[in-house]
Amino acid sequence: MKAPGETARRAAELAAPFAVMAIAWEIAAWNFPPFLFPPLAAVFRRAAQILVTPDDFVHVLATVARILAGLAGAFILGGGAAVLMGRSRAAERFFGPVLNFLQGVPALSWVVFAIIWFKGTEQRIFFIMLVTSLPAFAFQVLGALKAVPKDLFEMVLSFRPTKTQMFRAMILPSVLPEILTAWRVNLGNASRVVVVAELVGATGGVGYELLQQQQMFDMAGALAWTLQLVFFVLLAQWLLTALETRAFAWRAAPERSL
Amino acid sequence: MSAAAEISFDNVVKDFPRPGGGEIFRAVDGVTFSIARGDIVALLGKTGCGKSTLFNMIAGLTGPSAGTVRVRGRDPFGEFDALRGEIAIVFQNDRLLPWRSAIANAGLGLEMLGRGAAERKAAAQFWLTRLGLAGHEADYPHALSGGMRQRVSMARAFAAGAGILLCDEPFSALDEMTAQTLRGEFSSLVRENGRTAVFITHSISEALELGDRIIVLRRPARIALDIRLERGMDRARRDEIRENIQAVLAE
Repeated sequence: MKAPGETARRAAELAAPFAVMAIAWEIAAWNFPPFLFPPLAAVFRRAAQILVTPDDFVHVLATVARILAGLAGAFILGGGAAVLMGRSRAAERFFGPVLNFLQGVPALSWVVFAIIWFKGTEQRIFFIMLVTSLPAFAFQVLGALKAVPKDLFEMVLSFRPTKTQMFRAMILPSVLPEILTAWRVNLGNASRVVVVAELVGATGGVGYELLQQQQMFDMAGALAWTLQLVFFVLLAQWLLTALETRAFAWRAAPERSL
Repeated sequence: MSAAAEISFDNVVKDFPRPGGGEIFRAVDGVTFSIARGDIVALLGKTGCGKSTLFNMIAGLTGPSAGTVRVRGRDPFGEFDALRGEIAIVFQNDRLLPWRSAIANAGLGLEMLGRGAAERKAAAQFWLTRLGLAGHEADYPHALSGGMRQRVSMARAFAAGAGILLCDEPFSALDEMTAQTLRGEFSSLVRENGRTAVFITHSISEALELGDRIIVLRRPARIALDIRLERGMDRARRDEIRENIQAVLAE
């Protein structure tokens, strides 16, 4: 149990960098025109407006749906490739270089390829989200599978479980922490890529709205739409943390951290 | 060889390829023995004498290169799944699943047999209590001492209801006081419950204390001595056996 003083100190530590950034921004806002540095109050007012205006908020939801769909597809395909690689050295020798190659292609190149290869906007965005997240998921899941403790695996195996029992009792709990970490990392990456993906002719979404704000030279609007994505990432990370806290209560917490 | 043998080895050979290919390494060289139901047998030998290979063959984790291994009349390697619920292992280290509480760890064997939650919990609770862990059912492994964790792993083996217990130096990672206590408890529980136990050890004292029978192995695993111990034998007889074993191990 943390002492109240300790909680206040931690809260102050957390708030300090944001307070410094806000002060620096406000100083800039006093000294430059609003189309360059709009006051923070105006930015947050716009952000709040987006949240409560259904016609605007639907764009946020569209972007969130694209992120989640792309990540889910990448997780299923990348996880599948990881399982194959984990089970077969030949599969690892085949898929490993392919995934490394895909990982080396810049996100912007995928945007170009998607425009050429696909006609529909949603197809393009899904493809970009999928292909940019897939290698990372595959390598992260493979790493998690390889890190399954051999001695514990043998112990469970000694009871002669079915494949399903082995998966439920041993594999899943063992790889879950790494998989949640992979989602955390890829969620952050995907929220940055989605904006680029939505520039390829989307008629909705945060990326599309950002393009509109840029054309109107509306900095407050651009920041307000950007904040929607930041809010989403923070919310998703908070949910993942809550899930981790609940699911990994078994972990020993050292009294002294590194 | 007895037809009623729980475990039987008939002229078993096990070869492993050496790293880099080419030559082979013979770990087990023509071993024949059988173990009757209810026996506690110590497999004793120096490091590298093939004890673990024999152990893994009984467990079905590896198969013989030649000869036959039978556990309750079945090939433990070839008919791996057929022996589900028949064998439980107590390992050198506790090998508890860190994400499971003590009671969930103890119920693992029954879970693998598809038994319901109530039955698993009752059996796990019973064996945790028998092993002095009442009140620690909800504790995770990290909150337990080494001795307590090894007790949970013993509870896991007993709760599985397996007739054959395989023990791979189960007390060697514990301090001597804890090991002494656990050895006594383990031996009583095996006898009370009519289980057959095979345990690996490199300690002559442990083999003499726990076993009904000691099989001494020479490298590569070949039986050098097979001694049945009489109950309540006097100190002079124990010392004589100890000296015989020491002489074989010193060769």
